[in-house]
Amino acid sequence: MGLFDRHAGLLEAYRDVRTTGYDPFQIRMERVLSPTEAIINGRKMLLVGTNNYFGLTFDPSCMEAAIEAIRAEGTGTTGSRIANGSYSEHVALEQEIAEFYGKKHCMVFTTGYQANLGLISTLAGEGDQLLIDADSHASIYDACKMTQAEVVRFKHNDPSSLEARLRRLGDRPGNRVVVLEGIYSMLGDSAPLREFIEVCKKYGAYVIVDEAHSLGALGDNGRGLCESAGVLDDCHFIVGTFSKTLGAIGGYCVSNDPDFDILRVTVRSYMFTASLPPSIVASVRQALKVVKARPELRTQLWANVATLYEGLAAKGFKLGPEHGPVVGVHLPDRMTAIGFWRAMLDAGIYVNVAVPPATPNGVSLLRCSVCAVHTKEQLEHIIEVMTGIGRQLGVLDDRTLRVVGGAR
Amino acid sequence: MVSREALAIGRVKYGVTICHFTRNRCFWHKVTAHPRALESVLRTAHQMIVETDGMTDTLERARVSGQSRGEVIREICRHLAPFQTGERPITGDTVIAKDLTIDSLAIMDMVMELEDHFDISIPMNVVAEIHTVDQLADTIQKLCARR
Repeated sequence: MGLFDRHAGLLEAYRDVRTTGYDPFQIRMERVLSPTEAIINGRKMLLVGTNNYFGLTFDPSCMEAAIEAIRAEGTGTTGSRIANGSYSEHVALEQEIAEFYGKKHCMVFTTGYQANLGLISTLAGEGDQLLIDADSHASIYDACKMTQAEVVRFKHNDPSSLEARLRRLGDRPGNRVVVLEGIYSMLGDSAPLREFIEVCKKYGAYVIVDEAHSLGALGDNGRGLCESAGVLDDCHFIVGTFSKTLGAIGGYCVSNDPDFDILRVTVRSYMFTASLPPSIVASVRQALKVVKARPELRTQLWANVATLYEGLAAKGFKLGPEHGPVVGVHLPDRMTAIGFWRAMLDAGIYVNVAVPPATPNGVSLLRCSVCAVHTKEQLEHIIEVMTGIGRQLGVLDDRTLRVVGGAR
Repeated sequence: MVSREALAIGRVKYGVTICHFTRNRCFWHKVTAHPRALESVLRTAHQMIVETDGMTDTLERARVSGQSRGEVIREICRHLAPFQTGERPITGDTVIAKDLTIDSLAIMDMVMELEDHFDISIPMNVVAEIHTVDQLADTIQKLCARR
């Protein structure tokens, strides 16, 4: 058996994906012009698949902070924090994030993926039980492969399904650790966090919430779902990323646990990888200031979400269950999704395409991520183009306009 | 008297006589070969009588496991039917990930449905070790018995 034989099924699926002439997983941005525009295949494209929720990648103050940091401290740290030491800015960033959440401790990771991977696999150890949502991100699933704990999945966003699994554990020894996400990345739906917290409290389970897609977007101060659901104090660990709303890269975890710092010498994905370079730390610190100072970006993001979601729903598209910074458009099958994606690209719009096995329940999706700096004209253009392609591909039927209700 | 424990598959000893009822017919076996050879027979039996030293113990399969084999297999097959390929029937030997058109995520989702049906939890690392329908049924019966 050859090394790649085990991937035969995936290879076949990948071949299907590339039949349109473009490989959606190897798109080259020849030049990025702004948070919403780039040159792809020699053409200016409208970007609707970047997770750049506040559009801060080109924020002048963040860019200046990064440039200044490079001049002052160089391009990289060339090693891990336990070996090469922390720069003052790493520590300052941790303090600022802890303060932002009103928590005592914060630990910064080099990516959000590494934060989940290391933290979850370390917190739940041998003899413990780890309970994860069925639609969890790959970083959470990968942590499950690394942990010595027993792992059980519960139905997506279903507190009663979690409760059944906690109840079945009975009086077995071991810590119960539950992992949830603020906003799920494929369909943009958020967790019924208050109900989940109630169940966790009843069974004495620890809660880890990943706010990767909800940082900035949810809560009066942009702290995420923990804040908007009013359960900040009940979440034992909050994880997040710098790579979406904050426009850079990196991950973090905050907590009030008095022994939190032991994680610095136990979490391998923190210990054995190079720390964030000064430029990233500087731009993230500045981006966090922008998030605090400009709540209007959050207001604008949700206004844009409403425009896109309601616009697409009115045309008859089947969307995710609620308004979210990610608007997932359901398509009947993989080939239609790929064809739709390609037609969008030809029309000058870049979105993400998500097909099985990367999607929950085997659905095929076009995944739009909304940006606070998308203009109304841009959003209306997207709706118009998608409607045209939808009709052409027979995804939309004019005679039976479906009504899709929004929750928010 | 043969203890219930000793009746579990794989623990049947040489020299023991087993009577099992399958499809309403009665079969007698004197265990002369390795007990593993009888495993498939024992799995499908509705009722077993085991004789040893003149003592007889009768029990329903359901009482061994808390859940009858037939019911467990039926429930698994109900979930796997949509993934069946061609005319090949789904049997205990069916290798779930290989013989059917089901991907790893769908397997995990099916396991979640089975968990709720039987009110048990099957940890992901246990699922990873399961290949055949029989192995899945074994796991479910074992966990039901422990419930």
